[in-house]
Amino acid sequence: MLMTSAVALRGRTSRPLAAARLGLLGWVSLVTAGLVLAPVAAVVSNVFLPSETTWSHLVATVLPHYLWNTLLLVCMVAVGVVACGVVSAWLVTAYAFPGRRFLEWALVLPLAMPAYVMAYAYTDWLQAAGPVQTAFRALTGLAVREYWFPEIRSLPGAAAVLSFALYPYVYLLARAAFLDQPRSAIEAAHLAGYGPWGRFWHVALPLARPGIVAGTALALMETLADFGTVSYFAVQTFTTGIYRAWLSLGDPVAAGQLATCLLAFVLVVLSLERAHRGRARYAGKPTPPAPQRLRGWPAAVAAALCAAPVVFGFLLPAAILLELAASEPQARFGARTYSLVTNTFILASVAAVAAVVVALLLAYAARTVKSPLVQAANRLAVLGYALPGAVLAVGILVPLGKLDNALAAWMREQFGVQTGLLLTGSMAALVYAYLMRFLAVAFQTVEAGLTRVTPSMDDAARSLGLSPGRALARVHVPLMSASVGSAALLVFVDVMKELPATFAMRPFNFDTLAVEAYNLAKDERIAEAAVPSLLMVAIALVPLILLSRQIAASALARKALRPGNFIANLNLRGAA
Amino acid sequence: MALCLTGGAARALWAALGLAIFWSGHARAQEKVLNLYTARHYQTDEAFYTGYTKATGIKINRIEGGEDALFERIKAEGANSPADVFLTVDVARLWRAEQAGIFAPVKSATLIQRIPAQYRDQDHKWFGFSARARVLAYDRNKVKSGELMRYEDLASPRWKGEICTRSSSHPYNLSLIASMILHLGEEKATEWARGVAANLARPPRGGDTDQLRAVAAGECAIALSNHYYYVRLMRSQQPEDRAVVEKVGLVWPNQSDRGAHVNISGGGMLRHAPHRDAAVKFLEYLASDEAQTLFAKGNNEWPTVKGVKLGNPELESFGQFKIDALPLAHLGKTQAAAQLIADKVGWK
Repeated sequence: MLMTSAVALRGRTSRPLAAARLGLLGWVSLVTAGLVLAPVAAVVSNVFLPSETTWSHLVATVLPHYLWNTLLLVCMVAVGVVACGVVSAWLVTAYAFPGRRFLEWALVLPLAMPAYVMAYAYTDWLQAAGPVQTAFRALTGLAVREYWFPEIRSLPGAAAVLSFALYPYVYLLARAAFLDQPRSAIEAAHLAGYGPWGRFWHVALPLARPGIVAGTALALMETLADFGTVSYFAVQTFTTGIYRAWLSLGDPVAAGQLATCLLAFVLVVLSLERAHRGRARYAGKPTPPAPQRLRGWPAAVAAALCAAPVVFGFLLPAAILLELAASEPQARFGARTYSLVTNTFILASVAAVAAVVVALLLAYAARTVKSPLVQAANRLAVLGYALPGAVLAVGILVPLGKLDNALAAWMREQFGVQTGLLLTGSMAALVYAYLMRFLAVAFQTVEAGLTRVTPSMDDAARSLGLSPGRALARVHVPLMSASVGSAALLVFVDVMKELPATFAMRPFNFDTLAVEAYNLAKDERIAEAAVPSLLMVAIALVPLILLSRQIAASALARKALRPGNFIANLNLRGAA
Repeated sequence: MALCLTGGAARALWAALGLAIFWSGHARAQEKVLNLYTARHYQTDEAFYTGYTKATGIKINRIEGGEDALFERIKAEGANSPADVFLTVDVARLWRAEQAGIFAPVKSATLIQRIPAQYRDQDHKWFGFSARARVLAYDRNKVKSGELMRYEDLASPRWKGEICTRSSSHPYNLSLIASMILHLGEEKATEWARGVAANLARPPRGGDTDQLRAVAAGECAIALSNHYYYVRLMRSQQPEDRAVVEKVGLVWPNQSDRGAHVNISGGGMLRHAPHRDAAVKFLEYLASDEAQTLFAKGNNEWPTVKGVKLGNPELESFGQFKIDALPLAHLGKTQAAAQLIADKVGWK
């Protein structure tokens, strides 16, 4: 420990060899990133294999169309999540209006609703044979093709569903950023004669930009990886191309190459985000101004603007599902339901803890060990988030299977034991898959929290003789408990909704709510799928409400950030 | 410090290994079990599993999943794979699995005698246990009898803007296109697919049930569907489902020539199966009268074994119909060509 801190200190003055400079923490983070990256590498390795004629066929026929769709979808979702997330976050932070207390936490509820489930619900409700259009026809006496009705199963429909499902990422990060803004900046803007719009555009928004960009990046990565929603809506995206190459054309090599293209695109987007954040360093005295009270029309408009995402992203689809479940005689609860709930809960909890530990390790290493190698490894370690789940699952299965078979052979030779496969099909492998997939969520959240701890605090901690490890335990973790908690809860909710990897890698006789909902929906029994879907939503509500409360309570954490308190804290803990 | 950490890391490693053994170990114990990887996920299938366990005393461990993911998993697990039997719901997947060499031949006299040659692999690597017919559903008000008799009719300009179907990349459509290639040749099949694509009422989306509902709602006059989705609506308790059946009729296509196109759900024993006896018994059980009736009763599929009681009045109401005699293995081989054609003619 002493040595690592000495190395770290020396790193600032001289330039020792890269290996020496990495230190223990650096190495551990490199190895972890390597483990997380292995499946991505397995997918990318396809680039070096010769593909059949699949490429030329895809490029000549469908690929340009898929690319165009993907680009449109990404742009629309970006606009959608920013519009829903930033506007609502700003309104509930800066203003007081009727319903604000409720909306403040209700705005995260759509995270409980998997996008594919929302897609089932809206399709059932809005399609030509659904209740809305049937009622419309009964009312007007028109027949099906005599009127225009917005088609839910379309590119804009998919963009709307994904926006409503994913905007909470932006909301959460934007709100945290707005809450953390120094009062002085807003007051200065006020004195400078900026109106409410000016304050938002010229002060609040630029200060919150890193958070907003990070949230949007998460939403877009999930959009790119999505297959459930777009395939249900028959919107053909780049991911459709990957599946088509793999499944219909039976060419996994071409599929791997296409997935690599997708990753390259994500890497570019992430680098842009990174460059952006690099310029926007901010750390001030975070005491937000008291919300300004709104009355009359402005209050009504603010309430409506904040209520809309909650209604369309949560209340309405939940009501549709409830109606479906209630009208379906085949939908029942039983012992099986109980085991589905337990399985889901255990998996999500274990994965959440694992993801947070790894994310903390990586983010902290990136901060302490100023090595380009570690930085690069971190950038790459989060890539799994943008890979379509099924592609990722195969990427994991192949190297894992090799390792597992080698391990089994070794055990047989060394000890004469027939172990069979130890890892494949185990819970551990599944958690590893989740880690791969959702590390980005934990990492982004933890890292955003870490940037709020000013570098001068690190220096203060070090000058008081704390090693990097102790600085992490005594300074960062307490200060970051809010973002660490958020990270864990977000991963919990995400794992609960996860489908393709769970589907491909789970142990025998082990089903989760997501698997059950998907199986029923795939068998075209939407009404029966409503029950597991609703249960999933209900379970996700618990951590989400916790999450909202935590953000509301984070005022306490901010208090601890004041320089005076901070030093006092350090001294007390150091003495103890 | 370094020593202490290594010790900690080692302990963590052993603990993880121990947990992994604990978690995966019980699936491989020497008790009487069958490890099943299946792409079937019909709740009524529970009846098979309990029926098999009752008949043989062998417990079933199962993973239900997408067939492609399960297929990749079997390949990755290699020689130590715990899987004994792999079941799919599409013949192309069986063919692809056989090509990848993951199946072992099962020389069971029972299976060979009971399952018609058309529905099984010639080297006995896979067997089809139930058949699903791809049928034409039509609006009883818009389509007159005699207007719609064959798959070929779907390409007629008469039905411009009147046809609903799911995506071309769905295996049920791919195997239909493959059968058109095998019967008409690639050139004519391309023309046919182009005609169908030109007649679509809307871009392909949703499942087969959605197409049936779309016909009932008046969005289109004709839909392609697997027969059992229609039977499911016939047997539904919901009034709106039965209203669909009243508005929509079914045509068994090409009855005057080659017969209706069918796909199968089937499976085989895996090459590295650790419980081979149990696997053979399971496949034989699926071909038994009891299980074959369950296919009809539970999921409204046609048994592939001849002369089995259906126990399903709705399915029986269709009577006998002529089935395309094409060996199903050929469909698997032609599937990639079918997708190429669909992409070329813009059938999404």
